Amino acid sequence: MVVTIASLKKGQRGIIKEFSVEVVPLKLLEMGCLPGNEVCLVQTAPFNDPLYLNINGSHLAIRRETASKIEIELI
Amino acid sequence: MAKHINVALIGNPNTGKTSVFNRLTGLNQKVGNYPGITVEKKQGTCKFGRGCKVHVLDLPGTYSLNASSVDENVVIELLLNKNDKDFPDVAVVVADIENLKRNLLLFTQIKDLGIPVILAINMADRMKRKAIYLDVPKLEEKLNTKIALISSRKNLGFDYLKELIENYNQLSTKPSLNASSISPEYFDRLRKAFPNQELYKLWLVITQDVNFGKLDRNELKGVASFQTESVSNLKRLQQKETVARYQFINETLKETLHIDTANAKDLRSRLDRVLTHKVWGYVIFFAILLLIFQAIFDWSSYPMDFIDSTFASLSEWAKTSLPVGDFTNLIAEGIIPGLGGIVIFIPQIAFLFLFISILEETGYMSRVVFLMDRIMRRFGLSGKSVVPLVAGTACAIPAIMATRNIENWKERLITILVTPFTTCSARLPVYLIIISLVIPDTRVLGIFSLQGLTLMFMYILGFGAAIFSAYILDKILKIRSKSFFVVEMPNYKLPLPKNVLITVVEKTKAFVFGAGKIILAISIILWVLASYGPGDFNNAEEIIQNQYASQNLSEEEIAMHVDSYKLEHSYIGHVGHAIEPAVRPLGYDWKIGIAIVSSFAAREVFVGTLATIYSVGSEDEQTIKSRMAAEINPILGGPLFNFASGVSLLLFYAFAMQCMSTLAIVKKETNSWKWPMWQLFVMSAIAYVVALAAYQFLK
Repeated sequence: MVVTIASLKKGQRGIIKEFSVEVVPLKLLEMGCLPGNEVCLVQTAPFNDPLYLNINGSHLAIRRETASKIEIELI
Repeated sequence: MAKHINVALIGNPNTGKTSVFNRLTGLNQKVGNYPGITVEKKQGTCKFGRGCKVHVLDLPGTYSLNASSVDENVVIELLLNKNDKDFPDVAVVVADIENLKRNLLLFTQIKDLGIPVILAINMADRMKRKAIYLDVPKLEEKLNTKIALISSRKNLGFDYLKELIENYNQLSTKPSLNASSISPEYFDRLRKAFPNQELYKLWLVITQDVNFGKLDRNELKGVASFQTESVSNLKRLQQKETVARYQFINETLKETLHIDTANAKDLRSRLDRVLTHKVWGYVIFFAILLLIFQAIFDWSSYPMDFIDSTFASLSEWAKTSLPVGDFTNLIAEGIIPGLGGIVIFIPQIAFLFLFISILEETGYMSRVVFLMDRIMRRFGLSGKSVVPLVAGTACAIPAIMATRNIENWKERLITILVTPFTTCSARLPVYLIIISLVIPDTRVLGIFSLQGLTLMFMYILGFGAAIFSAYILDKILKIRSKSFFVVEMPNYKLPLPKNVLITVVEKTKAFVFGAGKIILAISIILWVLASYGPGDFNNAEEIIQNQYASQNLSEEEIAMHVDSYKLEHSYIGHVGHAIEPAVRPLGYDWKIGIAIVSSFAAREVFVGTLATIYSVGSEDEQTIKSRMAAEINPILGGPLFNFASGVSLLLFYAFAMQCMSTLAIVKKETNSWKWPMWQLFVMSAIAYVVALAAYQFLK
């Protein structure tokens, strides 16, 4: 099974793998969501969506749909 | 010789850029619009020693120079156009010490444009508490710039920042990253095609989806269409650029920034646990909304009563102390009541903007977006629609502009279309006066005032209408757009009183002067139309004398009959009677009809219009409210404003699209007349039908 940001449990961490531009918008990159960075799921909103992430010190919220497209490696 | 320096403040959102601007300029600021677009242009001046005058421009917050909204276009367009009169001599990039990494991305981009840049690192007062250590000289060396550690909260470091600005010509303009390293081959071709231009500037012009206007036509002619790569390849290069910049930043900060992560369990996580909790989060959010509405109704009623009675006595004073004549009448019966109709709701607008700016300043608004996204999506909206819908309670115009950060076009369009349903402050005076006339002043359960609850119901009705129509629109609009959502969760901050104060003053001022002009003009026109008339109007005395000759009336009673006869036969009376058949089924008389028609310019005109119409011919000092209470229904007898007609009016104002400025802004933001016209007709039709049904059912 492919492990993505969406499969993180609260408090779990992972390292973002390479991804293609078609899936992840540039804006997300600019806000710190880069391959090689560490991502931690801080909290999920009610109904489990969106996800509140800490990516290498940047605090962002993205929707589960986008999160499920960003592959990670669990640590 | 006096030196003149243009400074541009640039930075990510949530870095405290506006507080830096406020610190630098104090109250010497001017808020306007960029020509042709509705982006707020904030500029100010400050004087340094030795006659040096500095012009500061506060540019909209942006994460990078890759523009994805109108606000961000403003930044890139200015920085690329050396001929613009606001083109900065020096750029000050404001960064937040806790988000330095992300903030530096924008910094390196601006540096590569060859503009002298100062890095102002804000919130430096937190460094000690957060155990952050920064090697400033080393970072200055690595970034080839000068750094000012500042704190707008504690007013630290501004003297040094000013000193740096004054000596901007000593700053290095060397780029921090060699742009062509992304793709040497592509940039080589670019250099050959445009040998006289800076490479990075060329690259930005090519990759941006911006209409550069003047810039494109002159020096950079043909650059934007220079494409030897496919769009997806360009995108890949943009991604590569961002990654390369972050690599550079990471390496730089590794040597200069040290954060002791042991202190990480901070205020943020403790507050987030409660404020975004699946139960408490909502409870707190609704409690805050409740507080806002209760406060607006209760607290602002005192200054409002005071303003109302002040204007009534002012009118009376003008009548008795100025020489008798048409001009005095115009002042006492047209201008003063008209002005009173706008000044009266300054307190509420001030309260609303006070709450909204506190919610935004603290960082709480982002948590609401996070909390509400899933629910709002069910109705075709985005979590980010909450901000416009809440801001819409102040005014739909800034609210519709606040939809710009919604990435998905369909969600954004629906938000724009339904925002005017929320109860804006222009509806408040109408609601307040009608509620106080037709809803009994009693308490429910001994604490809640029934009038306050009615007002809250009107707000809920507005939100309900917005949400419900969003749901319908989501089903019928066939727009496919890429769904994408990202929101920054900033650190919690105590709001700076100065920032809040400036926002409240600025917004209230803009509102009063913007709407004030329309209201004043309409008041004068109405007064003229009500004071003159054709044919029978000029023989009113004679006609009344003859009509009541047998009844032996006192002089006063005759004068009263003359006045009401005159009003009925004035120009406005004729217009009013012409539209009366359309409004009678809703329980209104022709005077209310006139007020409704004139409030299509702006809703708040309603109260001013009635004040003007009722004051023409009346002699005593009276407040707007007592005049309205005294009106008698000409056909049915009894008070004109009774429960049935009052509810009908409330509902009409809840749904009708009566604001020309909103229509204009929707046209601008959607770039088409289709959507504002849709709003005008659909909303007004709903309003008419609902008001009709309510009156017929209740009467």
